[in-house]
Amino acid sequence: MAARRCLGLWFFLITLCVVSTGADVLHTTPVTGTESSAAGTETVVARELPEAPSDPGEHTAAEPTREGEQNDRTRGGEQTLGQPTREEEQEQEKTREGEQTPAQPTREEEEEEEEQEQTRGEEEFTREEEEEELTREEEELTTEEEELTREEEEQTREEEELTTEEEELTTEEEELTREEEEQTREEEEEQQTTAQQEEQTKRWEATELEEEHVHDAAVPPLAGDPPAADPPSPPPSKDDFQEELVIRPLHSGDIYASFQFRTVWDADFMGDQKVSHYRLFPKSLGQVITKFSVRELHISFTQGYWRTMQWGQPYLPSPPGAELWVWFQDTVTDVDGTWKELTNVLSGIFCASLNFIDSTNTVQPSASFKPLGIGNVTDHSFLRYATLPREIVCTENLTPWKKLLPCGSKAGLSVLLKSEKLFHSTFHSQAVHVRPVCQDPQCRTTSMELRQTLNVVFDLHTSGQGKREWSLFKMFSRTLTEACPLASSSKVYVDVTDNPQGEQFELSPATPLLTQAVVLGDRRTYSVYDLTQQASFGSSRSLNMLLRWKNSHNNVVPPVMLRPLLHSERYVAGYGLQAGEIHTLIYNHHPYRAFPVLLLSAVPWYLRLYIHTLTVSSKGKDNRPSYIHYQPSKDRERPHLLEMLLQLPPNSVTEVTVEFERALLKWTEYTPDPNHGFYVGSSVISALVPSVVAMDTNSTLDRPLFSSFFPCKEEASYFMRVYTEPLLVNLPTPDFSMPYNVICLTCTVVAVGYGSLYNLLTRTFQVDEPSPGLAKRIANVIRRFRGVPLL
Amino acid sequence: MAAPLALLLIVAVTIRAALFRTSLANLISERVEVVSPLNAWKRVVEGLALLDLDISPYSGDVFHETPMVIYLFHFLMDYAEITFMLADCLTAVALYLAVKDYNKQVFRKQKFALEADRIPMDCLELIRSPTEMYYIPLKVAMFYLLNPFTIVSCVAKCTCGCLIYGSALLSAIFLALATYQSIYPLTLCVPALLYLLQRLYIPVNVRRSSFWFYTLQYLFMFLGSLLVLICLSFFLLGSWDFLPAVYGFILSVPDLTPNIGLFWYFFAEMFDHFRLFFLCVFQINVFFYTLPLSIKLKEHPVFLIFMQIALIAIFKSYPTVGDLSLYMAFLPVWNHLYRFLRNIFLVSCVLLACSALFPVLWHLWIYAGSANSNFYYAITLLFSVAQILLVSDYFYAFLRREHHLTNGLYLKKKDGSEATLVLK
Repeated sequence: MAARRCLGLWFFLITLCVVSTGADVLHTTPVTGTESSAAGTETVVARELPEAPSDPGEHTAAEPTREGEQNDRTRGGEQTLGQPTREEEQEQEKTREGEQTPAQPTREEEEEEEEQEQTRGEEEFTREEEEEELTREEEELTTEEEELTREEEEQTREEEELTTEEEELTTEEEELTREEEEQTREEEEEQQTTAQQEEQTKRWEATELEEEHVHDAAVPPLAGDPPAADPPSPPPSKDDFQEELVIRPLHSGDIYASFQFRTVWDADFMGDQKVSHYRLFPKSLGQVITKFSVRELHISFTQGYWRTMQWGQPYLPSPPGAELWVWFQDTVTDVDGTWKELTNVLSGIFCASLNFIDSTNTVQPSASFKPLGIGNVTDHSFLRYATLPREIVCTENLTPWKKLLPCGSKAGLSVLLKSEKLFHSTFHSQAVHVRPVCQDPQCRTTSMELRQTLNVVFDLHTSGQGKREWSLFKMFSRTLTEACPLASSSKVYVDVTDNPQGEQFELSPATPLLTQAVVLGDRRTYSVYDLTQQASFGSSRSLNMLLRWKNSHNNVVPPVMLRPLLHSERYVAGYGLQAGEIHTLIYNHHPYRAFPVLLLSAVPWYLRLYIHTLTVSSKGKDNRPSYIHYQPSKDRERPHLLEMLLQLPPNSVTEVTVEFERALLKWTEYTPDPNHGFYVGSSVISALVPSVVAMDTNSTLDRPLFSSFFPCKEEASYFMRVYTEPLLVNLPTPDFSMPYNVICLTCTVVAVGYGSLYNLLTRTFQVDEPSPGLAKRIANVIRRFRGVPLL
Repeated sequence: MAAPLALLLIVAVTIRAALFRTSLANLISERVEVVSPLNAWKRVVEGLALLDLDISPYSGDVFHETPMVIYLFHFLMDYAEITFMLADCLTAVALYLAVKDYNKQVFRKQKFALEADRIPMDCLELIRSPTEMYYIPLKVAMFYLLNPFTIVSCVAKCTCGCLIYGSALLSAIFLALATYQSIYPLTLCVPALLYLLQRLYIPVNVRRSSFWFYTLQYLFMFLGSLLVLICLSFFLLGSWDFLPAVYGFILSVPDLTPNIGLFWYFFAEMFDHFRLFFLCVFQINVFFYTLPLSIKLKEHPVFLIFMQIALIAIFKSYPTVGDLSLYMAFLPVWNHLYRFLRNIFLVSCVLLACSALFPVLWHLWIYAGSANSNFYYAITLLFSVAQILLVSDYFYAFLRREHHLTNGLYLKKKDGSEATLVLK
């Protein structure tokens, strides 16, 4: 009982941290963040129930009544199995990954030690095992939260709301997360070994979800980006690779597929000794990071525009064209020079026109882009941000991107990345994010995280003759046959939120694993396929997920999508080529809550903004931005940068307008197709948006009453970034065909002026003594000849 | 004389005030012929807005006025319309007084010449009578105040400089102020000096010490006041940013917004490697005429001023119709040259037609999209040619009259037949 109390206390601590940091959270705990005590209580209660034998037949039919029982059984099973399972799993791992073998024997001990240390040295090992179930849930909470917390910190720093106290809590929490993650990984693998049992468990999780919204969760989709899952054991492998694919049927009938590949390496790029032995981390990128002292690098290439109102929020937003933002180390002295070199090198690495990034399209945002990795940098003179809205993304960008993956396109999820299908889509976005993350719980040293993402939206609805069916093969013209052998985890998630009872569509092969996560403020349910398990591939040795809609009449009314709380539009108003107005509309669809957003727009110099014409209005009233950072442009040197902090009133449209004037450029400064127009990169809206989960006021039904009296503000917002449409603006053009004519004509006019003045200045008036004309002279000659008097 | 002038001022102010109240004011202030990047009122407001945001107005490339102007309007923001009307009136009054003064001088000189019998007998019809000269100052003021170009400039709140001629110090200060506003009035330094020398009966003679003494004194005053102005701006602003932003902008012509001048399209179409060369040529061209003109016209500083102002208005990098109106105000002073003008009819027709065609072709190019830039460019070319013809015509007429005044009006050939005058 004492142990149990300890456990309760321990858990309470964790959840307290979670709550106090105020991050938006994956609601994978049985209850939401506020209900920390409830979590503890429930676990305790559950464990007191008697164990029940496993029933293999159960897992096909979900039975809502059996949750408690199942819960207990699993837990009990784990408790008893505890030690042996872990060893078993380790052995399995050994066979799978030869590299890790030397570390295995010591791993258990060390872990134990570490954990004991972490848990203030009070707990016994068995208790730890008990915890695992819970901590696993916590993992997601904290990981996503961590990211969000950091984002929020930035935001709140602006508003001067967040105290340092909270930051401390966050780091504390980070430590805890690290620790939990280690446990969790083992836990997962354990589950894999005891597949049958697990299936039942998961199934049970799912049913529980349906019933009570109280659930355990497995691994979250990486969308919320967990900061640092360290390699399972402290010393052995210095790098780690994970891959995953999330498939989400969109409400518009399109399919959204999001790949994420994550490589974490414990190498210290910034240290004195040179990093020269690369294993999973791509050497080309590693060298770039070292050479240019890059702290963080984010680069994305996007073709198409993400339609927020039809598709909801993407996991990782990106603007059309290319976007690059880099935080440099504070040791860099010539940031602009380094930036210039870096863009040229990256241009070579990614076969993209990044070399067109120069001072005319580079800005230094003061608030909108904060480091996503660890490190609390505030000096934005080390930040550079640039977009190339005109960049066309195609195969030549995809191939180098794939080459950065440890398995290339040979194995694992990346076999699906075939350009002929990927670029036959309505939206395609690929990105590379490099950032430092904590290596150990104390965050004494850092590791580099490389995250490669690829998002694609297929329009299968129209291309599939109106049938809303999809399969992996249909989308990618490939099926999955194996996980990348180098990957420590390889999973496919399918969003089945709209299909809670399987009444809408049928997913085959059916997977028993379900998970739930709060992604972008919305609670989603996912079916999970673990590719590291041979069972996932079935007898055909290949995995081809197939989604078939139940209603054959094809008039399935898709469930109403939750309107995205924040979205925006932008357009150019006015006519003619002299002046114009940029209108940015920012919608807040939240029914009762106002929230602040940071709006950043970088406008090229040839549209001369007049800041005195800036007006911000919402609901017909003037809405003064509380913070404005404006950097006027310099002709042919740097663009306009306008950043402001706006408060969006609930359920409103905020309109930001600013007038501009179009410049006439030199004829060599125009693009080859000048009458196509000039692109203005997307505005970036960064916001802390109130969570959808927190929005439903009636959710008290699913929760214990004691947990839900006070509206919980902390969990209620998550960080979001929205990109507006890029603009296409026409400029007045000179006639390109006649430079010679213009030069000649103008010079002639100047010469006329000069000539006439020169004439008047140098000559004097004289009486004209006209010489006789030619005819007269000839006549005179004749007359002289004839002897007649001359004329 | 005061009553008609007062009446004129009232009429001018009424017209301006009425225009400020109509929607035309906005339309006019957007016209590229009227405003240039250098003096657009919108940009002054932008500069003030930047000052309010604690950003140096010169950190961007929108504001190119001098620091004094921005701090002046910082206080006069609410009275901007009155300020502009007042500036116009003051300029008109100054012109009125200056021309009156000049007329007196002309008349006195003419009297001396007549008394000394230096004027040939057949030139009596060239002699100017006080009665015809009586209304010239008023006409000058009227030409300035009621010129549509001046009116639109005022309505567009164009910040063009004005000149005045009184005492030496005052003229030096005003000249420095004008130079400080835009560099080109630098060339007016010479005619101003000549004018003052003439008033003091100091002959322009390089061997005379009094000439040098006075020249140095005047230059010292001019440069001194210029220095004071620039230093004052530095102390107001706290940095030298305004030097490249104002003078660099005028000289290097980075902004190619169309205007009535010759620079914009030429440098939009220029090959990059020749750009600097032609830039130098075009800028030197503006200053180039000062020296030969001063030598040629050293006896006639006011005509020299007219020529200089006209040439600056034609050849400067960002000309507006406001510059035009200033030299056109001087035209009544030279109405005695009318009989020697060769193509005044043609030139005035071209000028009128161009003024009407500017908005039309601008609309066709920018709004209707049915014309291209060449149309507007053609009109600016024609407009420039017409101005050049006008100026050179007046110059020709002036020189010819001077020639007749010394050599007689009706010249005979050796054989006694009627002779024609030619330039050789």
